[in-house]
Amino acid sequence: MHVPDGFLDAPTSAATAAVSVAAVAVCVRGARRELDERTAPMAGLVAAFIFAVQMLNFPVAAGTSGHLLGGTLAAILVGPYTGALCVAVVLAVQALLFADGGLTAIGTNVLLMAVTTVVVGYAFFVLLSRVLPRTRSSIVGASFVAALVSVPASSLAFVGLYAFGGAADIPLDTLAGAMVGVHVLIGIGEALITAATVSSVLAVRPDLVRGARGLLPAADLAPASTVSATTGGASS
Amino acid sequence: MSRRTTSVVAAGLVVTLLLAGAVSYFASGSPDGLNKVSIERGFDGTEQEHDLADSPFAGYETRGVNGGFWTGSLAGITGVGVCFLVAGGVAYLVRRRGPEQKSRTHSRSSGEPASR
Repeated sequence: MHVPDGFLDAPTSAATAAVSVAAVAVCVRGARRELDERTAPMAGLVAAFIFAVQMLNFPVAAGTSGHLLGGTLAAILVGPYTGALCVAVVLAVQALLFADGGLTAIGTNVLLMAVTTVVVGYAFFVLLSRVLPRTRSSIVGASFVAALVSVPASSLAFVGLYAFGGAADIPLDTLAGAMVGVHVLIGIGEALITAATVSSVLAVRPDLVRGARGLLPAADLAPASTVSATTGGASS
Repeated sequence: MSRRTTSVVAAGLVVTLLLAGAVSYFASGSPDGLNKVSIERGFDGTEQEHDLADSPFAGYETRGVNGGFWTGSLAGITGVGVCFLVAGGVAYLVRRRGPEQKSRTHSRSSGEPASR
């Protein structure tokens, strides 16, 4: 969904750049509370992982592909503020090093793929994981739904920006229909990748899934070896 | 960071490098959702060429390595390294630190139980 130069007019691109700078500043403040010596390298890994998986375009319909956006996944793993920063770093690296996503559109892309996906995806994740029973499958299920919703939400945010400053004069209702239609399909891929990744990390190191804190019993959040030692003693 | 977290990050990086450096070779080359919609709805024409279209890794290809597996593989591996260092570096700079700050938050949040 990387927006190239020229899709949005200059004032709109300038506005999204300003909003993105403000959003990143908020995230830097918020990330301070989420990060310590132990989790800082995890943020690097999450960004690297999202970069890698964004290279893996999967087919969604005839002649159309999609790839992970990653905001929901990042927010669940390292927290929403740090997660948005991770995706913003990925988007900046893609635009500056790989000519993917326009330079004038970096703000737009941060707004769509880092901010929108994290806000929508993390909100759905928190709501669902509070309602559902406190189990690992609930966390994985909540990750799936949250990731699924975040992608069409991001595509609708693009339509919203296009309504303000789209370079071409096209009917917005059909644009919205087309964007949401294809991005629901991409969202299914996003949901599968997100749920599989959250599930894998929960299986190995549940304590490294920040979104699971307070949702699972303390023993369940300890490193795997501690868990097996504890449960081994308790269950027999 | 603890030794345990180091091994998790190392294992995660190996998986990530394999994804970007090898699995990416099999990725779909079709236009993504936004590109496809822009073509179908007729607004792809306003797209301008990227200002850095001549850079060494533009389009996830490595300049000087023509075609085949390695041009994308090297670009992917480079991107993974850069993203890890930049995001990890930012996180390291932003993180909570300082012994006084740490102990203050610690005593405030956990506090000694009154009954002891």
